Amino acid sequence: MTGAMFVQHALNGLTLGSLYALIAIGYTMVYGILRLINFAHSEIFMLGAYFVLWGITLLYLPWFVAIVGAILITAAIGILVDRVAYRPLRDAPRISALISAIGVSFFLQNLTIVAFGAIPREVYRPAWLENPILMGEVRVLPLTLFVPALSFLLMLGLVWIVYRTKPGLGMRAISKDIETSYIMGVPVNRIISLTFGIGSALAAASGIMWALRYPQLQPVMGSIPGFKAFIAAVFGGIGSIPGAVVGGIMLGVIEIMAVAFFPDLAGYRDAFAFILLIVILLIKPTGLMGARLEDKV
Amino acid sequence: MGAKTNAVLNILAAAVLGLFLWWAEGHLDGYMIQILNLIAVNIILALSLNLIYGFTGLFSLGHAGFMAIGAYVCSILILAPEQKEMLFILEPAYDWVQSAQAPFFVAVMAGGLTAALFGVLVGIPLLRLGDDYLGMATLGFAEIVRVLAINLPRVTNGALGFKGIPDHANLWWNFGWCLLTLFVVIRLIRSNSGNVFKAIRDDETAAKAMGIDVFRHKLLSFAIGAFFAGVGGALLGSLVATIDPKMFTFVLTFNVLMIVVTGGLGSITGSVLAGIAITVLLEWLRFVENPVYFGDWELPGIPGMRMVVFSLALIFIILFRREGFMGKREFSWGWAAGRFLKKADRHGI
Amino acid sequence: MASDAVLETQGLTMRFGGLTAVKNFSAAIPRGSIVGLIGPNGAGKTTCFNMITGFYKPSEGQVLFNGADITGTPPHRVCRSGIARTFQNIRLFGNETVLENVMIGCHLRQKTGWWQAVLCLPSNRREERAIAERSRELLKVVGLQELAGEQANSLPYGAQRRLEIARALATRPAFLLLDEPAAGMNPNETQELMGFIREIRRSFDLTILLIEHDMKVVMGICEHIWVLDYGEMIAAGPPEAIQSDPKVIKAYLGEEALTHA
Repeated sequence: MTGAMFVQHALNGLTLGSLYALIAIGYTMVYGILRLINFAHSEIFMLGAYFVLWGITLLYLPWFVAIVGAILITAAIGILVDRVAYRPLRDAPRISALISAIGVSFFLQNLTIVAFGAIPREVYRPAWLENPILMGEVRVLPLTLFVPALSFLLMLGLVWIVYRTKPGLGMRAISKDIETSYIMGVPVNRIISLTFGIGSALAAASGIMWALRYPQLQPVMGSIPGFKAFIAAVFGGIGSIPGAVVGGIMLGVIEIMAVAFFPDLAGYRDAFAFILLIVILLIKPTGLMGARLEDKV
Repeated sequence: MGAKTNAVLNILAAAVLGLFLWWAEGHLDGYMIQILNLIAVNIILALSLNLIYGFTGLFSLGHAGFMAIGAYVCSILILAPEQKEMLFILEPAYDWVQSAQAPFFVAVMAGGLTAALFGVLVGIPLLRLGDDYLGMATLGFAEIVRVLAINLPRVTNGALGFKGIPDHANLWWNFGWCLLTLFVVIRLIRSNSGNVFKAIRDDETAAKAMGIDVFRHKLLSFAIGAFFAGVGGALLGSLVATIDPKMFTFVLTFNVLMIVVTGGLGSITGSVLAGIAITVLLEWLRFVENPVYFGDWELPGIPGMRMVVFSLALIFIILFRREGFMGKREFSWGWAAGRFLKKADRHGI
Repeated sequence: MASDAVLETQGLTMRFGGLTAVKNFSAAIPRGSIVGLIGPNGAGKTTCFNMITGFYKPSEGQVLFNGADITGTPPHRVCRSGIARTFQNIRLFGNETVLENVMIGCHLRQKTGWWQAVLCLPSNRREERAIAERSRELLKVVGLQELAGEQANSLPYGAQRRLEIARALATRPAFLLLDEPAAGMNPNETQELMGFIREIRRSFDLTILLIEHDMKVVMGICEHIWVLDYGEMIAAGPPEAIQSDPKVIKAYLGEEALTHA
């Protein structure tokens, strides 16, 4: 493997990792405040891409409008899912909410099949993204540089919201202690909705960029990336936003590098993540950056 | 209701079932018989998941993995060597795969036992995880099984899978295994060991304090559940005569979970009733997906609608009737006799 | 120190991160006695129970049961060796019947297992019948035999407490830990409870350690008392000594409980 190839692979890994990281943030934020694995998050990712397709092909919107619109609508759907399927189960045993999430996930997936058909659809790719750039010996698609850059900006925006605004403070309070947050007058339901909205918006952005990178849309496209992003969130420390970012990027890089160095293992590409999940849960379930949660006897 | 009376009534019921099956074989068309077969297999699968989740409280989402293991092991054992010769076109099968042969009962048993073995191997590391993490980890296991099935062509014929699996799984075998599963699960749950499983579900901490080796019992429940999941998978393979890795996705586990939740977590009766109802419902919903013909005019089908209805139904049940149809209640001959006597009383008999 | 101590703790200390919940708890509990562990809320009493019964691994110190070191042994093995307990916030098997709760307690000493049950072997049938019998006997001891078929979480509070004790007795303990058995009881009930505790000590050949806030109970039946405050033992001795100990009175200052004594 030449140095140039290595850099190329590394950049690809960074791109893939950024996409995972954006999805992982949504999982980790929801788990942090509700202790719920939002199974339906992978479908939110998928819907972001589909709404852009819909906007462009059915409504003839300019691509920029379609993208912004898609992100907003997807965020709204994320909030709606919480209101309808999760909020009524706040006081129920945790597994009930998880089963509800599984139901929503299948519902959204199959609703998309009904609406758009199960056959993969091609997505419009603007020409300027197609032409590879040459940097020394390294050939990269502009997209490979664009994705990490944009993801970085989005994550900066998120960090600003979580650490510099009042709702962000509320989010951090709720993830520490939801009961006390209620008592202290934090508008818990509204902040939870905001969390779902932000997480869904980031996942939608990831879905749109994913569709530009791998331009085939199908209703099941969210399942595997979504699961892998969840694993990345656990790896980095579920409940920790920096953990989700680190986990996502590392997972993307490992995935690309492992197949680059050991091409024979390409068939097992998906299994890496699942094995990583099991290993993490057994060795250090709190992940790289997570904190311990004690059980009272 | 004395134990002897119960036993007699149970045997009578089994005999009635036998008569029904004999009649069905001669008088019902292939489609209906297939539905009956699916009902039997789904009941086996539902009971196995209910044992693990409904009775012992372990949220396992790995059922498709155990079913796959059972299906592949059984199929390898009942496919004739000549058939395997022709099937394995990607790469030749290993010798032991090529020559392995066994009678149907043994093959299904082997499928179940292999699944149970994996249940133990997987359970030892994973069963110490809590609730939702256990769910994700077992889901991961099922996916790993699927990936292995694709990537070990010398054992499984890779993504092509097996075709033309001998269809030994007729009404008698399926319902026979179904009755066996029912018997084992009922005996298990009625015993004090069954009480221990339920204790682990209700309060693990208290169970430990009462001297119960919680981990060992979780492993036991998981292994027995995996066994019957393997049996179900083996029968399914023979029933539909083809298997490939694409069959054993999370959707399969979801269907079984749906049956168990709808029937009632912790109710054997519930799993039986829901097994029947949901199998019929799924088949009935198929008509929504297929085009309907009115003479020359075609009303196009809506693919995917089946699962839309299905998943909506699950969400509704979880939101509005979490305990399912039966909750934790069970049917008993005593209850039936009571209802019958009440009715007779009202009619002045 | 009593020469025949059924349970002995030496320097038991429990730290959670930066917080020391219990510091240097040393006690020797004489065989066949009824003894008490008291102290204000949060003093670390239940933490001591949890260390003795294996739910917490002590940061320092040892637990000796009949001379054998059981420090850090997992809870189910602690129970197997003969120590049973009840819980401060009742932990019954809510979905099971009253009888089943006690039968689950009997499982520890059961010889036939699940496969004998599945195969319907007569040895299993006999043993399960005997277990049901014994469970009914235990329910009679606590006065719950009429409610055997009721679901455990449908019972009134006092009955739930008694069921927990019956379940603990089912494991055939030599040493019984009761965590606030008198909680929520009126004066009549506490009188009955005191007699009950003395009776089971006699008929089941037990040593009993209780955590309790009701001073009438503590002073009435405990032969020896240890007092914890902020995790440290501030006094130990017979009831008369404890009642007049100024350190104990100071620890409880502000709690009307002491005025009952």
